Amino acid sequence: MLFVPGNNPGMMSDAHIYGSDALMFDLEDSVTLREKDAARLLVYHALRTIHYGECERVVRVNPLNTPYGKADIEAMVAAGAEVIRLPKTETAQDIFDTEAEIERAEQKFGIPIGQTRMMAAIEGALGVVNAYAIATASPRLVAIALGAEDYCANLKTSRSLEGSELFFARGAIVVAARAAGIDCIDTVYSDVNNEEQLVKETQAIKQLGFDGKSVINPRQIKPVHRVFTPTHEEIGKAQRILAASQEAAARGSGVVALDGKMIDRPVVLRAQRTLELAYASRAVFEEEEL
Amino acid sequence: MTRDQDFYAALTHLSKTAYVPGENKRLYDKDISPLKNRMARENKIVESLEKAVELSGLRNGMTISFHHHFRDGDHIVNMVMDTLARMGFRDLRLAPSSLSDVHAPLIQHIKNGVISHIETSGCRGALAKAVSQGLMDEPMVFRSHGGRAAAIEEDEIHIDVAFLGASSCDPFGNANGYSREGEEKSMCGSLGYARVDAQYADNVIVLTDNIVGYPNVPFGISQRLVDYIVCVDDVGDASKIMTGATRFSTNPHDLMIAETTSNVIVHSGYFYDGFSLQTGSGGASLAVTRFLREAMLEKNIHASFALGGITGAMVKLLEEGLVRRLLDVQSFDLDAAQSLKNNRFHQQIDANYYANPYRRGAAVNQLDVVVLSALEVDTSFNVNVLTGSDGVIRGAVGGHPDTAAGAALSVVVCPLMRGRMPSVRERVNTIVTPGDTVDVLVTDQGIAVNPKRPEVKERLEKAHLKVTSIEELAYRAERITGKPDLLPFGDKIVGVCTYRDGSVLDLIRNIT
Amino acid sequence: MKVTTPASAGTMESGDILIEIESIDQRAVEVVLKSSVANEFGKQIIATIRSAVEEFGLEYAVINAVDKGALDCTIRARVAAACQRATGTDGFDWGKRA
Repeated sequence: MLFVPGNNPGMMSDAHIYGSDALMFDLEDSVTLREKDAARLLVYHALRTIHYGECERVVRVNPLNTPYGKADIEAMVAAGAEVIRLPKTETAQDIFDTEAEIERAEQKFGIPIGQTRMMAAIEGALGVVNAYAIATASPRLVAIALGAEDYCANLKTSRSLEGSELFFARGAIVVAARAAGIDCIDTVYSDVNNEEQLVKETQAIKQLGFDGKSVINPRQIKPVHRVFTPTHEEIGKAQRILAASQEAAARGSGVVALDGKMIDRPVVLRAQRTLELAYASRAVFEEEEL
Repeated sequence: MTRDQDFYAALTHLSKTAYVPGENKRLYDKDISPLKNRMARENKIVESLEKAVELSGLRNGMTISFHHHFRDGDHIVNMVMDTLARMGFRDLRLAPSSLSDVHAPLIQHIKNGVISHIETSGCRGALAKAVSQGLMDEPMVFRSHGGRAAAIEEDEIHIDVAFLGASSCDPFGNANGYSREGEEKSMCGSLGYARVDAQYADNVIVLTDNIVGYPNVPFGISQRLVDYIVCVDDVGDASKIMTGATRFSTNPHDLMIAETTSNVIVHSGYFYDGFSLQTGSGGASLAVTRFLREAMLEKNIHASFALGGITGAMVKLLEEGLVRRLLDVQSFDLDAAQSLKNNRFHQQIDANYYANPYRRGAAVNQLDVVVLSALEVDTSFNVNVLTGSDGVIRGAVGGHPDTAAGAALSVVVCPLMRGRMPSVRERVNTIVTPGDTVDVLVTDQGIAVNPKRPEVKERLEKAHLKVTSIEELAYRAERITGKPDLLPFGDKIVGVCTYRDGSVLDLIRNIT
Repeated sequence: MKVTTPASAGTMESGDILIEIESIDQRAVEVVLKSSVANEFGKQIIATIRSAVEEFGLEYAVINAVDKGALDCTIRARVAAACQRATGTDGFDWGKRA
């Protein structure tokens, strides 16, 4: 998910060409208070005019307790944003309130109720504690995400290279998302020039169970994709597991075996997920490679 | 044999004449002074530029030439033209290998009638703008580097006097763009374009700020070709002649184009051990070198040679053994110049060797792959690198048409749009490289393959590279930017863009 | 709607357009444009500005625009923002031409 500042038209016209899976237009922290109105209009017009191809269009709106939140939601729902991302989510009530505003806007503009989906960013201790309640607060919710800068400030600590200060929050968010059956997305890595550390961090959060990572610069997309793309061996193995499972199902047998070993249901599920990832990241399959 | 009657009878029979001491005035007299004295006295150095001009026999209406190896740091063109203006010359015809921003003072010389005609590869800045607005009575003639070399060789351009700046020169005229004798004040690396002028001009004046001991080897220009040498304070501004190393772009558009281009090359059918390539100095084409390097390392593939304007990035490949030889007609940065100076597998070549279309041996004909940047590309794959989208002259033909025609696979790279200006469009403002020599276009929003090369398209598609039609790319750009209005061109022809053989490709009209 | 205070929106950065609305008493919409792509898109940019002003419902205005290659959607967004600020309203109709 590529972060696009909401008041920068130069970046807005072709943000989709870099191959990220989603674009997050930001009306919140990257926009100064004086420019909130202009950014809202700019993102609105861009979403209505520019074809962003296969990229999912997410807008980070201002919180409802600011003078901008309500108008942001109304404008972005009208503009056809696919996902509204709520920042600084603390409680399930925040989700209820936002959902009510989204529904009001959908009614007003004749958009099918429930079409606009939601994502919640958790950026404080209270949000982390309430992660599961937040994750299950609305059927519109497709993902929860960690916002590390505010979270660290809230914890009265600072960000470090190895990220021990985020360990609990990351774990809590992954667990909450999995329990709720939705996706979880990790925070940004802000040093654009340090690709090595970006890759390290991405490997670590993938291992924790995250589905994706937010990026602030197009240059970060490829390294992140590389980490999330299954290797040829992983893809090959996953294909063989699924084939064995399908074969077992065809035989009407509940027992799946591969190379003489029993295969549990979670292994089959993981193989399925590997292949989904491979498709999503457009990995080249082995037999097709020259 | 003694010189008796038989000797003379035999000579008559052979239709030969006998040697008589002192009779042949064209022979140089034996000089018995030691070399160290001769270097000081009997050399080609003359005391002033004015004196050299006088000795050269320059007259009004003649053609003079310059090279552009000092780029935007050049002091030679302006210095010489100011001097010639002061000496009262008029109607001179200029044939520099190229011109840049720094040559704006020529505007005054054109207005005052000192200069009546210019042929060049490129023109930029205030001079280019003035020419576009109709400054000159005769249109400026644009030639490619190979086209210029051919025109000089065929005497279509007859250079009466060449004024060639050199970073080093010995007292007898061995000149170069660097020197192995200590530190040169201003280094430019290869003198590839100047070497053609030196070879064919009637008179050659070398201007240098660095006289070195004899013999200045290796030399770019041989003492055999040089008539006079003039010492000047500075041939140029060293900081503008060269940057340390051409910087890698961090522009995400450039990087994306570069990565795609590298993938295109790898799967084009021309990526094999021993292939040959040329990449330019533009942001994207420079970055191609870096991505291609990774692919070469990964697949253990080496290039037999890299050609053209050489950059530090290419030097790195030479040093790593990924490229076996460099053929350098122009060194783009200090790293390239240093390498030319120190690496024996880095060879200086001249423009004839590089790109003369009439020479089978031209190195461009030995290219597998060339990567070229573009200002505009049209749906017939014609490329413009000379005039901006506003119709004003602002670029250079360079080796673009030469390498596109010579290479087995020419890949043109440009962003789909620059701000609101679509780069891929129905018709380019000025055709510099004809579309039938362009094989693949790579933009940040897709790849298009010339329908003339279906086999290349097939290979790319087989490698899962998304190929679209060039019409689709043009349509996509126009859908975002809108259709540009027709430019306010006038009736006056201000530029003639020629192809490699001197035939006319396109005309440039004045912009009001 | 009328201009109550001079206002501006947008920047001089590449891809953007700066729209300044003056509060001079003027009985028409007047647009003065400086653009890096004036030769190719000048007429279209002025037409877009006029149409956006009209759409907003502003009857009279003197508009100075400095364009750095903005796309039409950016021009419309900047004109709307300047109009809102100049009229002291925030009544942009998000639902139009749905």
